[in-house]
Amino acid sequence: MSHEILLTQLLYGGAGILFFLLGVWSFISHEPLWRKLIALNIMGAGVFHVLVAVAYRGLDAPPDPVPHALVLTGIVVAVSATALALAFGRRLDREAPEHTSDAHGGVDDREDGTHA
Amino acid sequence: MLDPLALAVALPLLGALLVTMLPGWSRTLGMLTALATTGVALWLTVTVWSGEGLRSDLGGWGVPLGIGLRADGLAAALVAMANLVALAISINATGYFGAAESSRKFWPLWLLLWTALNGLFLAADLFNLYVMLELLGLSAAALGALTGTREAAEANLRYLLVGLLGSMTYLLGVALLYTAYGVLDLELVAEALTPGPVAWSALALMIGGLLLKSALFPLHFWLPPAHANAPAPVSAALSALVVKAAVYLVLRLWLDLFDGIATLPAAMLLGLLGAGAVLWGSWRALRAERLKLLAAYSTVAQIGYLFLFLPLLTAAPDGDTRERLLTALVLLALTHGFAKAGFFLAAGLVQKSTGHDRIRELGGAAQSLPAATFTIGLAGVALIGLPPSGTFFAKWVLVGQAIALGQWWWALVAMAGTLLAAAYVFRVLARAFNREPTPKCFLTDPRTEIPALLLAALSALAVGLAAQPIAVLLGAGV
Amino acid sequence: MSSSNPQALLIPLLLAAIGALLFWAFWSGLTGHEGERLAALALERVPESGASNPVTSVLLNFRAYDTLLELAVLLAALLGIWSLGPAAAPYQRASLLLDSLVGWVVPMLIIAGGYLLWIGGQAPGGAFQAGALLGAAGVTLALSGRPNAGLPGEAWLRVLAALGTLVFALIGLTLMGVGLGFLTYPPALAKALILTIETGATLSIGATLAAAFLGGRPRAKRNAEP
Repeated sequence: MSHEILLTQLLYGGAGILFFLLGVWSFISHEPLWRKLIALNIMGAGVFHVLVAVAYRGLDAPPDPVPHALVLTGIVVAVSATALALAFGRRLDREAPEHTSDAHGGVDDREDGTHA
Repeated sequence: MLDPLALAVALPLLGALLVTMLPGWSRTLGMLTALATTGVALWLTVTVWSGEGLRSDLGGWGVPLGIGLRADGLAAALVAMANLVALAISINATGYFGAAESSRKFWPLWLLLWTALNGLFLAADLFNLYVMLELLGLSAAALGALTGTREAAEANLRYLLVGLLGSMTYLLGVALLYTAYGVLDLELVAEALTPGPVAWSALALMIGGLLLKSALFPLHFWLPPAHANAPAPVSAALSALVVKAAVYLVLRLWLDLFDGIATLPAAMLLGLLGAGAVLWGSWRALRAERLKLLAAYSTVAQIGYLFLFLPLLTAAPDGDTRERLLTALVLLALTHGFAKAGFFLAAGLVQKSTGHDRIRELGGAAQSLPAATFTIGLAGVALIGLPPSGTFFAKWVLVGQAIALGQWWWALVAMAGTLLAAAYVFRVLARAFNREPTPKCFLTDPRTEIPALLLAALSALAVGLAAQPIAVLLGAGV
Repeated sequence: MSSSNPQALLIPLLLAAIGALLFWAFWSGLTGHEGERLAALALERVPESGASNPVTSVLLNFRAYDTLLELAVLLAALLGIWSLGPAAAPYQRASLLLDSLVGWVVPMLIIAGGYLLWIGGQAPGGAFQAGALLGAAGVTLALSGRPNAGLPGEAWLRVLAALGTLVFALIGLTLMGVGLGFLTYPPALAKALILTIETGATLSIGATLAAAFLGGRPRAKRNAEP
């Protein structure tokens, strides 16, 4: 494996790992539903980034099609999950108690009282 | 040439599609699908039991290019249990969801969940497992919210998010394995895997993600509200089957993929968390005010028992000891599956007929609902681990091997958990029997009661006595 | 969440340590193992798959089973969304200018979708890209105030949403029935079967995405007009 390929893979794959961890951080440290969902999607984008980086085999060789297919499958799954979670959020908003503006954050607020 | 492996996944999927398109026929089509799928699952189990491990290469490409399905003894045992429980839940659901509207919502999602369960037990491909996990998680969360209450929606949204976090983590582990080895088939990766940073990271990511989904203490926080607020047939499926599927996957990866990578200290850590689950889950079950919450916390505890086996399995030399431990573990998982499903279905009946499920106010439930109370009693026998239930034999092996392998502390945990389980089961039964007995007739609503009763009877009586055939099944098709 | 909170510092530090370990693992994964990889084999067998675009070969032939279940995931999401409540009220009808723009954009999206579906056999494209464009057409219609995003009523929408997966599953089962094995295409028919499956999948994906955007069970036709 040539030097150029390895460097490219490390750069893009490393960025993917960084995305994943940023997503994890955001998921655990933010309460509102939409932030958690963006965090999950960033995590997903990170994993897909790693897969696409692995698929790269130099400018002259065709890329490995398997990770590309996995990423396409993964994207559809992520879209489905996000859509369902948003519908849950809408359902909770519809009969949110009093302040509806940030009611998505209310998912957890009964237990730890951190909800402002 | 019919392929039972592909049919076990394709039939419930086909049923789900048909009930989606023809919602007016959902009960009839749903029950037909349930019967056919269970038939295929039992056929599959009998085939494996008679000594043939099953494997099929979908698309005819073979590994590593295509995706494989396979059934060894472990998979076949769980498929049989899951499909029998699912059939009982289906029959119960035809009575429970009387109204056309909720029945229409239930059936397509339920059959998709069933597809995911069978697909997960039979999968032999690491990425395919990810797709199955997501199908399982999405349909389970949607089903759990079918009661329509705010609590159910909140609890299941949390369950959905936690599940997504878990499956994303799992997927990163798969991506790392593909980076290093370039294949996705479980057996091929297992052959190639050598100790090193890739193996350790993949182990931590994949097992870690799955622990979230299997609600191992202290990651169990999402389970009790989600399971307690779902409609009773759904609670039964979530507690008996969905969580069990994640635990099965942990076990599958631990034994098949990471065999030789997973070290004893790592196994000890999981055992320790399991011990925490046994004690904390049982304690919270004892303190629970509602019957379904009690059952949900009891699931947390029972999942803990399964993890107590991991350090023993890792420490045990190959051969006889390991096989006995594995048989005991499967016995425990099967018994809990039957018992907890029966318990939840019976609790659903209590809730439906009394309008609540507060344990304090159960007074006289035994008089008005003898069959439901009897079901809870039988399931209780299995949850505590009285003979001849499978739990009894499983704990017998657990305690014996823990002492033989010099890890006696797990035996103490198992015994303490048993005492607590006895306490929480008798607490319910004591409340249910506190009026003079004047039962008019045993059954009040046969369609919902008989499936529950059969499940509980299976758990308390049959599974334990069937330990020998189950051991044969586990030895087969490896 | 104030930054003076020690927890707020601890989590990033912990994640940074995990990140370093993961990066090490990724690096050693890229460099350490020289074995037989799937990539070469997949590229080599593309000509037998009935599609000349390698990604389509993987998605609809080599790993078709994954794709079948992924369509089931999409359906599960839509059914879940429907079970949580009715769709939101329609958007306000767009002004004349925007409305005539929509009249241009939507047919173009549909044509582009059809093109992507067809070209997917040879070049980047395929059912998911085409379905996404159809879904976008639906979203455009919904945003410009068309009730139900141009989708049919609930009965037909259910058929449309399940159609792609149904065609896929039935083809798989039929091939098993005639003795070839689940989802095992005979090479002579592979191209036609893949195109059939992709066409069904495109329609279902487009309809499902647009229906998911509405956020709930479709409203009955009668009271849909504002």
